[in-house]
Amino acid sequence: MVVFLIIYLYPFVIVLINSAKDAFAVTQFPMQLPEKWGQLFVNMQTIWTSPNIRYGSSFVSSVMITAFSLIFVTIFPAMGAWVLVRTKTKTSHVLFLIFVAAMVIPFQIVMFPLVSWFRTVFQITGIRLLRTYFGIVLAYLGFGLSLSVFVYHGFIKSIPFELEEASIIDGCKLPEVFFRIIFPLLTPVHATIGILHGMWIWNDFLLPLLVLGKGNRIQTLPLAVANFAGAYVKQWDLILTAILMAMIPVLILFFVAQKKIVSGMVAGSIK
Amino acid sequence: MNRFHRNSATFWLFLTPVLFAFVMIVAIPFFVGAFYSLTDWNATARAGQGLTFVGFQNFADSFRDPAFLYSFIITTIYTIVNVAVINVLAIALALAVTSKLKLRNVYRMGFFVPYLIGGLILGYLWQFIFNNAVPAIGEATGFLAALAKPENLILGRVPSSIVALVIVGSWQYAGYIMMIYVAAIEGVPEELYEAAQIDGASEWNKFTNITVPMIAQAFTITMFLTLVNSFKQFDVNYSLTAGGPATTFMGDSIFGTELLAMNIYNTAFVGNDLAAGQARAVVFFVVIVAFSLAQVWYNKRKELEL
Repeated sequence: MVVFLIIYLYPFVIVLINSAKDAFAVTQFPMQLPEKWGQLFVNMQTIWTSPNIRYGSSFVSSVMITAFSLIFVTIFPAMGAWVLVRTKTKTSHVLFLIFVAAMVIPFQIVMFPLVSWFRTVFQITGIRLLRTYFGIVLAYLGFGLSLSVFVYHGFIKSIPFELEEASIIDGCKLPEVFFRIIFPLLTPVHATIGILHGMWIWNDFLLPLLVLGKGNRIQTLPLAVANFAGAYVKQWDLILTAILMAMIPVLILFFVAQKKIVSGMVAGSIK
Repeated sequence: MNRFHRNSATFWLFLTPVLFAFVMIVAIPFFVGAFYSLTDWNATARAGQGLTFVGFQNFADSFRDPAFLYSFIITTIYTIVNVAVINVLAIALALAVTSKLKLRNVYRMGFFVPYLIGGLILGYLWQFIFNNAVPAIGEATGFLAALAKPENLILGRVPSSIVALVIVGSWQYAGYIMMIYVAAIEGVPEELYEAAQIDGASEWNKFTNITVPMIAQAFTITMFLTLVNSFKQFDVNYSLTAGGPATTFMGDSIFGTELLAMNIYNTAFVGNDLAAGQARAVVFFVVIVAFSLAQVWYNKRKELEL
């Protein structure tokens, strides 16, 4: 079993040992340990300063896009799900069904019209949605909200209404009831949603490729790696170092919060 | 007692952000896209200007295009094999890490790690393994020497390239599916196994007669997840094989490992035929909806029977 796990994870070892080799050694001796580990820092320095990958700014962009998308894709769907649960009308029921049904829509069917629609919005209103943070965060809210609404809806249904009633009698306005009473109760759901959507948004490639485009000032880490691998074909010493550097933040986060991440992923899949 | 709020101002106010995003990002592009698939939309046209309605021409053309048909076939093969490999591997791993194994949490986390990394990055990583590391292993070990020959490169031929896509796809996904099986297996009451033990059941009997029926719910989820995700595969395809190597099908020279998602992308952006790409995306959507409905319906029925 130990042997199997080591083989299973050996691709990561291959990345690590080959990130510490120069261009010659990496193709000649890909399975051997590097001669001197110092080369790792030389390669990392090259990646850090490469104008193709712009690691620092790509990392910041990835963090910003993921963070803002997660804030919106938790707060707004939670608000929506709450009124959908607490209002029993035909409209509310139909809206909920539409949101849930939209979960099966693959990105492929909306991606081309989305890009042309974003261009049209710019021509009419002057608001830039392509190649901007605003556009990509709005896109993630749009594609993520179905699952969020669905999960929040299921959880809010289990919260007793008496809680809200009591605070209304105490003189709370409805928005206050939500933000003071309900929203804090949803913390475990926020965690599940955050992890599920966070993994997706951080690693996503196709949506940023279309909405942000190639060679944009704003690029995510996957875009940056694809850009770099395209520009430095077969320069495996540097490509693997770029891969290593793109993996490090996620791996650190995983080792800090592994239990939470796994349980969030599993809970999200079951719902 | 009034169990519900009666305040439609709050209702609409709270729904505004999600409705706005939904209409902007999903609803409008979805319906506009459905319309575009029936027109001669192309890269230079702007919305609503100079579009000609062509009916189902784009669909008819797509189904006559060898590249699309070929892509459809290999995507089906890839999906079936991938679903089978992922689930078998995931169940085997789940059984191993729920047994009385030392450090089983380390194993669980270890197998889960590949899932954390995006398919795009993993594709490049495995490209290096197939193109450089595997030949090096072939050179170093006498009995695998054939792997070192340049003409035997795994990504140099179509069938082995598809196998490579399955290896990477399964390797990335199995740990996640394993975790779902682990959660299901741990939910099976211990008494059932104890009772079976007393009746003298073998390990295999326990697995087929207790574990499998008790985790039927999990099968619905994992089958659906793996099926849809395999069918939608794009990232690994893009970075690992980029559609290559070339092959011939129905007399045309085409990409040998171009899965559907990539075929749609290439038709629109490389071939500059947005309408045809959109029509293929509609077909893609219909297949996914059909898959989803059939799968959920089938598993629900099965659960009732058990």
